[in-house]
Amino acid sequence: MKFYLSRRNTILLVVFVIFVIIAVRLFTIQILDDQYSVTSENNALKYVTIYPARGRILDRNGETIVENKITYDIMVTPRQVSDFDTLAICEIFGLTPQFVRERFDSYSSNERKIGFGSMPFLKQVSSEQYNAFAEKAFLFPGFDAVARSARVYPVNAGGNLIGYVSEVDRDYIEKHPDYKPGDYAGKTGIERAYEHRLSGEKGYTVYYRDARGRIKGHYEDGAMDKEAIAGSDIVTTIDAELQSYGETLMRNKVGSVVAIEPSTGEILTLISSPGIDVSQLAEINKYYKEISENPYNPMFNRTVQSAQPPGSVFKLVNGLIGLQEGVLTRDTRYPCSRGYTNGKVHVGCHGHPSPINLPQSIAMSCNAYYCYVLRNIMDNRKYDNIEEAFEKWREYVCSFGFGHKLGSDVPYELGGNVPTVNTYNKLHGKGRWKSLSIISLSIGQGELGCTPLHLANLAATIANRGYYYVPHMIKGDEQYPLDSTYTVKNYTMVDPKYFPLIVEGMNQSVYGDGGTSHVAQVPGVNMCGKTGTAQNPHGDDHSVFICFAPKDNPKIAVAAYIENGGFGATWAAPIASLIVEKYLNGEIQRTELETRVKNGYLLNKVPVRRRRK
Amino acid sequence: MAIRKHTYRNLDWTLIICYLILVFFGWLNIFSVLHGDKTSILGIFDFTQKYGMHLVWIIISLTVAFLIIRVLPANFWQGIAWPAYGGVILLLMATLVLGVSSHGSQSWIQIGGFRLQPAEFSKITTALALATVMSKYGFSIKNISDIAKVAGLLLLPMAIILLENETGSMLVYVGFLVVLYREGMSGWIITLGFLTVLEFILTIITSPYVAVSLGICIFLLVYFFRRDEYILGLIVVALSVVALVFIPKLLEIDAIAAINPLPAAAWLSIIAGGVVLFFIVRLTLRFPRLKFERNALIVLLCGILFVHSVQFFYNNVLQDHQRNRIDVFLGLVDDPKGVGYNLHQSMVAIGSGGLFGKGFMNGTQTSLGYVPEQETDFIFCTIGEEWGLLGALAVLVLYFVIISRLIILADKTKDTFTRVFGYSVAMCIAVHVVINIGMTIGLMPVIGIPLPYLSYGGSALLAFTTMLAIFIKLEFDSRKI
Repeated sequence: MKFYLSRRNTILLVVFVIFVIIAVRLFTIQILDDQYSVTSENNALKYVTIYPARGRILDRNGETIVENKITYDIMVTPRQVSDFDTLAICEIFGLTPQFVRERFDSYSSNERKIGFGSMPFLKQVSSEQYNAFAEKAFLFPGFDAVARSARVYPVNAGGNLIGYVSEVDRDYIEKHPDYKPGDYAGKTGIERAYEHRLSGEKGYTVYYRDARGRIKGHYEDGAMDKEAIAGSDIVTTIDAELQSYGETLMRNKVGSVVAIEPSTGEILTLISSPGIDVSQLAEINKYYKEISENPYNPMFNRTVQSAQPPGSVFKLVNGLIGLQEGVLTRDTRYPCSRGYTNGKVHVGCHGHPSPINLPQSIAMSCNAYYCYVLRNIMDNRKYDNIEEAFEKWREYVCSFGFGHKLGSDVPYELGGNVPTVNTYNKLHGKGRWKSLSIISLSIGQGELGCTPLHLANLAATIANRGYYYVPHMIKGDEQYPLDSTYTVKNYTMVDPKYFPLIVEGMNQSVYGDGGTSHVAQVPGVNMCGKTGTAQNPHGDDHSVFICFAPKDNPKIAVAAYIENGGFGATWAAPIASLIVEKYLNGEIQRTELETRVKNGYLLNKVPVRRRRK
Repeated sequence: MAIRKHTYRNLDWTLIICYLILVFFGWLNIFSVLHGDKTSILGIFDFTQKYGMHLVWIIISLTVAFLIIRVLPANFWQGIAWPAYGGVILLLMATLVLGVSSHGSQSWIQIGGFRLQPAEFSKITTALALATVMSKYGFSIKNISDIAKVAGLLLLPMAIILLENETGSMLVYVGFLVVLYREGMSGWIITLGFLTVLEFILTIITSPYVAVSLGICIFLLVYFFRRDEYILGLIVVALSVVALVFIPKLLEIDAIAAINPLPAAAWLSIIAGGVVLFFIVRLTLRFPRLKFERNALIVLLCGILFVHSVQFFYNNVLQDHQRNRIDVFLGLVDDPKGVGYNLHQSMVAIGSGGLFGKGFMNGTQTSLGYVPEQETDFIFCTIGEEWGLLGALAVLVLYFVIISRLIILADKTKDTFTRVFGYSVAMCIAVHVVINIGMTIGLMPVIGIPLPYLSYGGSALLAFTTMLAIFIKLEFDSRKI
């Protein structure tokens, strides 16, 4: 084999081969690879986003809690900006020339990235400023204004509950690909939980533009445009008036109040104190630093995130378990001599008549009684060993909703903690613990962690005599019926027939001799309540109270958890009962109590901690 | 042999028609790019605009072409070659001093209302001068003094153009090497030149290892192919490629890497260099007649050294800004002035054209102004976008017809002057077309040179028209006898 090519043909061949390479390359980029045509569309068409109005948030009575007002974002397209009167723009928006200069410095350092795009220059200017700008807009080529809706809060309540809306950051966009820089989204509270309904759908207008970003006209006469769909309004289960009233009661106290309508599981009030003031919500970025540096951590939604020992209110659970397990009856009596003593173990109690039966033990909140009850549950001969008995007990407790997230629509809900066999195996060693080792569980201390929402749910469960609906903040409607999670009755493992005994105890607690909850008597209302005093190694005891009313056909169940408030009857019971009074009676007759509560100042008792992670 | 009547009917109409189509098409596309708010094609006669001005240039060019073909005698060009060459050299020098700067290069000269680019015309005069020298009786490409004459003739305008910072126009002169090849220069010179550039680029954009490996493979290929052992050659090269790919992997094995202070390229070069040196010595001593093999080995050895010196030079001698210029030229980094942006936009424009294109005056990328220099250096984008693959291929075919026709006609003629000039014109057009289109589709670095006959720009159009007209006249005349 021998090839021979004349020089002419060699040259022709080489030229031909090069032309073929070019042709193949053209074929590749024009036919095979469609990335270029996609890019070309992005290039030549300018999609101007139309932001939809965000849905309003209403309370259960149709009162508006959150609505919108129009503000304007001033945008600037750096490539279109020619010399303009810096001072004039400063005057309109009340800026310093320094600010304008810094803005433009940052644009020019990102010149390549911005390209022909536009950047926010100033956000959320008022309509007065916008009008002043619009009059003189021709003086500022490259600047334009985009209408936006911003949140306003007609009711001064529910900062944490409502949550705030702010511009999405890079993290958020990574997790939610539908969002683009410059979009806003609900970050906490209801705004976050119902973002998908509130946000609506963005629309856009399509324009033709040239390389300088100049708009050359409406593309295809608007055939490609998409209208924005406004977000839907949300009707919540919140009672705005009650929420607002509760917040006035909680002023200068750290803690939570949660009120639930037992027959539906609807959350009436969800107060975490101290909370974010609604006046700060709209411009959260401005106040963010201030809020996050507040030592009482207003960002922290205590109602669902603060899991703490429930204290004596947990006796109700142990009582119910005892009844179901058959180790306790209405007339089981135990003695109490200022506490329970067994060997080295001593659980103190306060002075009250002895011996007492089950309803009395609830009414007087006897510690010794429940030490006996828990020991009987744990040492029940039905079970081979304590581990088995404990596991059963744990199952009961969890059936009340404790130890896991209830599944409410309040964002960032915590599950709390119910100890397991392992907890104690680790603490004491396997087989080296007995009922006496875990005696503090009897009175709701020890390794238990419940959120105020859990406790309100407990109150609702007892009010319902044996079941609960998962607490929720949203009302169902035709378009968005309630999720089945919120419409199913969750029965506890305790037979409903045992609940009236406990209800009786709670009723005696408010009205009976020696009852610990007398302060919770609400005129004209048959109340049921239970105090709790949760011991706290960091300072004064936490004041806890759960209640529901009226006794028959309960309309409201409340849990109040006042940190470092002392006895349950000192702060939690008055606050919870005032909530009940407000909700059921509409107005307060116990003005003296109300005044005492409103003036109460507990912040100095609260140990200041660094920010919780 | 029948005596045919020699009239202007016998001009080479293939060339003329291809030329006219390209010029007209170019004009339309310039209008399409710049039409602005004009909706009617009749707006093309607006003489205040560039497309109107381009028509003026087309008329001037056609007039000049007519004069060349119908009025001026063919031997006029041989006579004027040297004075014209000298004149243009002077103009180039004058441009250096008096010229107008534009886009970072100083290559324009203002004469009255017109701006001229002498570099465009230097191609014609250089081609004429080259043709004159090479057609002289007794000229031989193997003769040292003749080589020196040719080299000087080509290098002088190149040097001045380089000083004007018109790298693109200078590269066009590389096309003249092909002319020299046709006239008897060894093909190895072009091959070696090409390999040198290839090794240089490979060293910088990939690694010295790849460059050395390529050198070894090319040597093996040449060695076996020269002995007509094609299949064996391909097998050996394939095996070598596999082996070369695995060597770096082997060196990365922990145990070896622990005692191995040298990078893969160094190992490869030391071993290959040693083997090559051994064979050079052995061939020289034992088989002095195998000169080609010995020379090829020497070239390979030089290549290995070259690769390493390029790397050393690039890393240790060059300063940052110089390195950056090379990087930009090779497309390794984005040019801060936006060469990367240009290229991207250009490819978007062409790529979005699809098979049939978006239609005349409907291109969004080019007519809305995304592509820079769209009516001059990037005119091909408009064609790709508005006329699609079919339009782009049609243009390619037209160019190929012109170039191959020029080469075939030039080769046929017995007149050395015509032949050398014809090849020069063909290569000039070919280099412009390949570099320009290659640039718009990302095959070549962004070098600003016009697309013959299509780009806006009077100097280039006039120069390319003149070249073609002269050749048509010369070729026509050479058939007269």
